[in-house]
Amino acid sequence: RILKCYKLWHIYEPVFLLFTFRTYAIRRIRDAFRENKNITDSEKIEELVNKAKANLEIIHRQVTIGQLYSTQKLVIE
Amino acid sequence: MLLWRRLAALRAAPGPRRLSVAAPRPGPGPGAGKAEAAGGRAGRGPVPGPSGDGDGALRPLYMDVQATTPLDPRVLDSMLPYLTAYYGNPHSRTHAYGWESEAAVEKARRQVADLIGADSREIIFTSGATESNNMAIKGVARFYKSRNKHIITTQTEHKCVLDSCRSLEAEGFRVTYLPVQKNGLIDLKELEAAFQPDTGLVSVMTVNNEIGVKQPIHDIGEICRARKVFFHTDAAQAIGKIPMDVNDMKIDLMSISGHKIYGPKGVGAVYVRRRPRVRLEPLQSGGGQERGLRSGTVPTPLAVGLGAACEVAQQEMEYDHKRISQLAERLVTKIMSEVPDVVMNGDREHRYPGCINLSFAYVEGESLLMALKDVALSSGSACTSASLEPSYVLRAIGTDEDLAHSSIRFGIGRFTTEEEVDYTVQKCIQHVKRLREMSPLWEMVQDGIDLKSIKWTQH
Repeated sequence: RILKCYKLWHIYEPVFLLFTFRTYAIRRIRDAFRENKNITDSEKIEELVNKAKANLEIIHRQVTIGQLYSTQKLVIE
Repeated sequence: MLLWRRLAALRAAPGPRRLSVAAPRPGPGPGAGKAEAAGGRAGRGPVPGPSGDGDGALRPLYMDVQATTPLDPRVLDSMLPYLTAYYGNPHSRTHAYGWESEAAVEKARRQVADLIGADSREIIFTSGATESNNMAIKGVARFYKSRNKHIITTQTEHKCVLDSCRSLEAEGFRVTYLPVQKNGLIDLKELEAAFQPDTGLVSVMTVNNEIGVKQPIHDIGEICRARKVFFHTDAAQAIGKIPMDVNDMKIDLMSISGHKIYGPKGVGAVYVRRRPRVRLEPLQSGGGQERGLRSGTVPTPLAVGLGAACEVAQQEMEYDHKRISQLAERLVTKIMSEVPDVVMNGDREHRYPGCINLSFAYVEGESLLMALKDVALSSGSACTSASLEPSYVLRAIGTDEDLAHSSIRFGIGRFTTEEEVDYTVQKCIQHVKRLREMSPLWEMVQDGIDLKSIKWTQH
């Protein structure tokens, strides 16, 4: 189940338009999953998965807004 | 399942089209026909920015986080409902719009208080750290003016603190501006010596916005508590980045700024201790909101944004600090190993790693900034960058005039990536080398002439 969540997040990666947020999201998600991979307490897992779902919704909304108000790319891209 | 459909819509939407800036912009109007779900039209919204820049002008990298920070998407997400649907005035007591607004403001207050270890009744929302500083300094000084007429502050404080003190001097207060040592930290013995029988307030900022040094707040707090003098700190740059606890550090007043911690601009807060009670004379008179200390409607969306920013900062503090330290180390070591004669202003250990102020000898700061046009940097705080003088903070730590003119401040934040740091470093090294080639002073130094021994002729 957690793997499904993780895959969902990764699909969103290219959609975030603003460089700063895109790179941050990828990095933060990867590190968060890596940090929590050893937790076995099922209650804690439930809590983390719910938090992950909430964050997913936030990302989804913000990505839409980012697309509506997009601007030019950064020099580095 | 609905998520998958919306996801597909998002991916199908065309990416940002590179429109010519000169052509008239097609607004969101013509795209309204495509009534999709959340994905909708990925067209150009109103795009501010320099017009006439030409086709596809790329935006510079942002390395100036001490000036302001981008709004974290999580913060924007928490603010939007209060900018659209829940628009009530939090002080309206008679209907649901007011109640829900008030609930949101109280929740934000609690989030801010949790970050600093305070009680939520001790947090007052203001319009920013400048207003908080003004409130704290002028308010405390004026309330207790019958007993205490002396204020101690430092020479490296933010302009608003120094200006408030100056206006208090005109009202008859005496102010001692403590000098700082070469590393930017104040000398605790000098601070103790500066106390007078009628000292009422000590104001020292936690993390300096120009050189990044972290003052010994714990020790200063102890000293002030022992002498029963109020301790105010401008923590705008420190909040959410280093752990702050008002009880641990014995702080009586603290200024918080929203837009330095990935929150919205236009909001801040001031922490005013209740036990033992700190009394303030309010600057803004009116309907008695915010415990009578700051009248005026509390801007719900901004306050909610500040609260969310504080909560996010609390969760991310350790992660961000580790990353930013690594990136800062990387930036400094790379630049210093490639380019000689670079001075870091400010103490090496007692600092916040995300604010790096480097002085490049024999290079003019303005020309280096112009050359680094692909990177957004600054050479001194945003408030003083309009004038031609070098920053007073650098002058206070005793840098020579020429080094003070050639200083650049690099800011590393939550969203800064390794590539951005590498790009900045590479461009910086390249341009410093180029500018030094052109500089006659550099030639002289290469030949071994000591610049200080030269007598320049006057024309």
